[in-house]
Amino acid sequence: MSAPLLDTDLAPAEVSARLEAVWSEPKTLWGWFATVDHKKIGRRYVVTALIFLLLGGLAALVMRAQLGTPDNHLVGPDVYNQLFTMHGSTMMFLFAVPVMETLGVYLVPLMIGTRTVAFPRLNAFSYWVYLFGGAMLWIAFFVNSGPDAGWFSYVPLAGPQYGIGKRSDIWAQMITYTELSGLAVAVNTIVTVFKMRCPGMSIDRIPLFVWAQLVTAFMIVFAMPAVMVSSTMLICDRLVGTHFFNWAEGGDVLLWQHLFWFFGHPEVYFIFLPATGIVSAIIVPFARRKMFGYSVLVLALFATGFLAFGLWVHHMFVTGLPRLGESFFTASSMAVAVPSGMQIFCWIATLWDGRLRFATPLLFVFGFIFNFVAGGLTGVMVASVPIDTQVHDTYFVVAHFHYVLVGGAVFPLLGGIYYWFPKFYGRMLDERMGKWNFWLAMVGFNLAFFPMHILGLMGMPRRIYTYPAEMGWGGMNLASTIGAFLFAASFALLAVNIVRALRRAPGAPANPWDAGSLEWAPASPPPPHNFTFTPVVASREPLWDTPELPVTTGLHADRRETVITSLVEAEPQMCESSPPPSIWPFVAALVISVTLLGSIFTPWALVWGLVPVGITLIGWFWPKGAKEEES
Amino acid sequence: MKVERDVSALPRHGFGTHSLTWWGTLGFMALEGSGFVLAAGAYLYLMTLAQKWPLNAPQPDVWPGTVVAIMLLASLPLNMLMSRWAKQEDLVKVRWGLVGMSLFGIAPLIVRCFEFSAVNVRWDDNGYGSVVWFLLGLHTTHIFADVAETLVLTALMFTRHGQNGRRFGDVHDNAFYWYFVVLTWLPIYALLYWVPRAA
Ligand code: HEM
Ligand SMILES: [Cu+2]
Repeated sequence: MSAPLLDTDLAPAEVSARLEAVWSEPKTLWGWFATVDHKKIGRRYVVTALIFLLLGGLAALVMRAQLGTPDNHLVGPDVYNQLFTMHGSTMMFLFAVPVMETLGVYLVPLMIGTRTVAFPRLNAFSYWVYLFGGAMLWIAFFVNSGPDAGWFSYVPLAGPQYGIGKRSDIWAQMITYTELSGLAVAVNTIVTVFKMRCPGMSIDRIPLFVWAQLVTAFMIVFAMPAVMVSSTMLICDRLVGTHFFNWAEGGDVLLWQHLFWFFGHPEVYFIFLPATGIVSAIIVPFARRKMFGYSVLVLALFATGFLAFGLWVHHMFVTGLPRLGESFFTASSMAVAVPSGMQIFCWIATLWDGRLRFATPLLFVFGFIFNFVAGGLTGVMVASVPIDTQVHDTYFVVAHFHYVLVGGAVFPLLGGIYYWFPKFYGRMLDERMGKWNFWLAMVGFNLAFFPMHILGLMGMPRRIYTYPAEMGWGGMNLASTIGAFLFAASFALLAVNIVRALRRAPGAPANPWDAGSLEWAPASPPPPHNFTFTPVVASREPLWDTPELPVTTGLHADRRETVITSLVEAEPQMCESSPPPSIWPFVAALVISVTLLGSIFTPWALVWGLVPVGITLIGWFWPKGAKEEES
Repeated sequence: MKVERDVSALPRHGFGTHSLTWWGTLGFMALEGSGFVLAAGAYLYLMTLAQKWPLNAPQPDVWPGTVVAIMLLASLPLNMLMSRWAKQEDLVKVRWGLVGMSLFGIAPLIVRCFEFSAVNVRWDDNGYGSVVWFLLGLHTTHIFADVAETLVLTALMFTRHGQNGRRFGDVHDNAFYWYFVVLTWLPIYALLYWVPRAA
């Protein structure tokens, strides 16, 4: 064993070169599967989620094409059922939640000034599990086994009596994969933010985006198990004859709804809270002033996170619950609008007082505020039981949740893509195309979804594959379909913009927007080790304080190592090494995925699967003599 | 370059709140704990809907579950010593302590096999049977997983890789997780065996 080499023994340029060598990974096929670099994995996650957005979007376009004219027969009822189920499930489980959570996989370590996440191999594992789960769903769809009971898969429709074939099993197992990966990312995020913030980043200096990721991760930890429990029960009912949801044998169908929505309502906030983090991250550099009401915004995140657990029953108003229960859940559903209102107030105050720069990211923030407020208004409406009873299962609800989900999450995401693209890929996106992209999205989205409010009030139910001309819904449906295609065109424009940018030589500056947070300190894209020296911060916008960040020394230069700091004050406590690349997370994900897939067909798969799963986990954890394993 | 901190003198591994894996273990305990709470909630929910409880089945036989509870509680003193020995990095005590903990883990698993028939209801008899087996299965998975991990760790500590601060950290976290496995059994035990008798 050679003597350990500290960065204080070397000149800074030498440290940088050594660390680059230590943290970079072989550019081979093995290296591709074995990577544990949070930036590569974060990027893969986001790209994969965007591919699922494309697939889910294509399903939506087929639906809109079908509904554009009355008495249409482009697709039949069976395919249509699969389409809305695939669309909803893909959008929620494979696109929106993962993309928001895993933008953090890339950005959180950079924003808090560290070199990696707390558990890099778990991170890699979670990606592969997610990929296999999503792929399974879409492969099943193409071999005519796509689920068809809606994205919340209600029993008894999805149960053993009515849910024939393997469709609902595929859905339920897709849940197991994606929630497993979501939970792994959540634990990773929590520990990374708790223990790996650079010295000086006390809790009152954590970037708002990171706060949003942290609160979301906590919500995931407490809510996602609910859907894993319920989907496991569903599989058991279907596969081994349990009676959880079988009313005739002492089970209960509403048990499914309670468990699902105990997860499902918070899920909306897994999407929305990180989106608010994106909005906060963009507003500061584009208003060129510090955020007004930082503490209010943090408290609003906590309040939303907390209240979101008291709302699930508002999805069940028409199931005949006791009157008092309904009043309580109406009140809590309206109360959750309060923290959102406070957030919007702080953002507007910051913008009001700032010197605005009207670049594309900021435009999308304005689009977000506009659309989200519209969705919030209809939300307060459907929180009231009488109104909900009237519009339940109509297109009014479809309009409402697309305003919240697309307005509240996709618009911020698009802004975030324009904002962080240079950091991810070292190239700027084109501004002129960006502005076209924004306006096309804005017009297309509103044209697609505004008429649905009226259609809903006119009585058009959701989840119908066609309607007769006499209903008089044709005109507005056609408008909606045209809007949907315009909206899709705005994504095509984004794709062109991205492809053209990637063809140019990289050359984006480290901090193209003059932002103040740490992810803009290293080069674009950052080197494999992120920071040659761990920064020390003294404010919320450290890059605005001094031209050159003060730093920490004393880490090894010959192995992967990071500084561990205390929970509240971020005072250095120790140094922890971080594992080198390994193929085992990939192998483990593969073996576990095959086992879970097998269990759709026979419960014995779980028993036989134990052997290979055990072997791979031993392979994963058994020491291999790398420097990082020394203590 | 303005150097404001130097960490060269800080330790290179740590225990408890200093260690990442300790926090990671806590995170997994939180999410598994919420799984347990929700499953218990499902049990109580079905119970309030039923006319009588246990539903069309005799009362569960309390003995195997009680024996499991006693065995799990009996393992706690050694488990406590394990975290202490791990912190002291005392290799010999840790090795034999792990052997002991493996036995303390395997024994309740054997009794657990009998427990499944002692609940006097099958998973496919009715909703009551389903939820009883679900809770029991969930907890068994936890014992099983921890025992498997303990066995691997025991083997590891007997190799040349044992003398390493990082491994002692693993032993410490393993003991930490075992508390969770033991303590979650107590409310589930009460729920499965005593709540139906009180109802
Ligand atoms: C490309 C833009 C989109 C279009 C044109 C679109 C269109 C539609 C339509 C027409 C339906 C109703 C199907 C029916 O009830 O018959 C629907 C349902 C749904 N959409 Fe979208 N959507 C889009 C984007 C999104 C996004 C981004 C999300 C989530 C982040 C989303 C989530 C959902 C969900 C959860 C459902 C309910 C599915 C179900 O009933 O099971 N959609 N969408
Ligand atoms: Cu809700």
